[in-house]
Amino acid sequence: MKRTLIPALIFAVIVVFLGVGLTLNPREVPSPLIGKPAPAFQLATLDAPEKSLGLRDMAGQAWVLNVFASWCAPCREEHPLLVDLAKKSTTPIFGLNYKDKQVDAERWLKQFGNPYRAVLVDRDGRAGIDYGVYGVPETFVIDKAGTVRYKKIGPLTPEVIEKKILPLLKELNG
Amino acid sequence: MVKWWIALMLGLVCGLSAFAKEAPAAAADPGFEKRVTRLSEELRCLVCQNQTIADSNAELAVDLRNQVREQMRQGRSDDAIRNYMVERYGDFILYRPPVKASTAVLWFGPLVLVVGGIGGLMLYVRQRRRLAVDDDTENTGFDDYDLPAATSLPAKQKTKQNP
Repeated sequence: MKRTLIPALIFAVIVVFLGVGLTLNPREVPSPLIGKPAPAFQLATLDAPEKSLGLRDMAGQAWVLNVFASWCAPCREEHPLLVDLAKKSTTPIFGLNYKDKQVDAERWLKQFGNPYRAVLVDRDGRAGIDYGVYGVPETFVIDKAGTVRYKKIGPLTPEVIEKKILPLLKELNG
Repeated sequence: MVKWWIALMLGLVCGLSAFAKEAPAAAADPGFEKRVTRLSEELRCLVCQNQTIADSNAELAVDLRNQVREQMRQGRSDDAIRNYMVERYGDFILYRPPVKASTAVLWFGPLVLVVGGIGGLMLYVRQRRRLAVDDDTENTGFDDYDLPAATSLPAKQKTKQNP
């Protein structure tokens, strides 16, 4: 009895660990920013380079920050969802155009639609580093007090928007 | 003809160097570059995960290497730069993560497995040895108590056969 039970138990434990491991995505590294103040920035906007926006301009409202680039294929996949989200929700979405060219970004928005209240230009990727960006697209939800509440690494999915982002925005705006 | 070749080569070299975005190594100070490399070797490239930012040529790795170099030039300490990276990318960026509650399994797990394994093996061997001793006595049909009788048996038989 004991002779079969112990190996069976060890086997079961290994199966559970490997099983859980299969469901995890090793590329999704938990962000240390969750629950912390959003990093400060002061960046030019895409349509008016002489006008810049900073973290302070966002104060008093919940907002979504979406990091995108025209060279990023998964961004194209997620873009219609952002356009849709902008229609569904009153929460402003700001774009962070990461290491991109001005003309490419403009063409991208003309072609696929512009869901953004404003697009911040991060040409050298410095603001991206401050936000711990390592795989575009990434999406942050930041609350009225300027605290990072949620981060999605990789393209948004309808499921993420329905189950995570919309309920969170409702909570933050309520 | 030769002039053409020189022009072509120069063009190529300039073209290539335009691609190399990374700040040029400070050749004047090899000690400084060594320090940049040493710290870069401790930092993980999050795009390619199993490479350090010193090994990787991913764009983010180049940017982070430049960050390291720039901050060192500003006179920041290795620890300060390490903290800068951890604040943004989490402990995962460190190839040697700090010892704390959430990394305890990582640091001590292998030790526990080895000690547990050796302990388990010792118990198992000891148990097997005891079983082997028991088996011996069972197979012969004698236990220690019977041993004198057993050794004297042939002698008795002998006396019966030869009265």
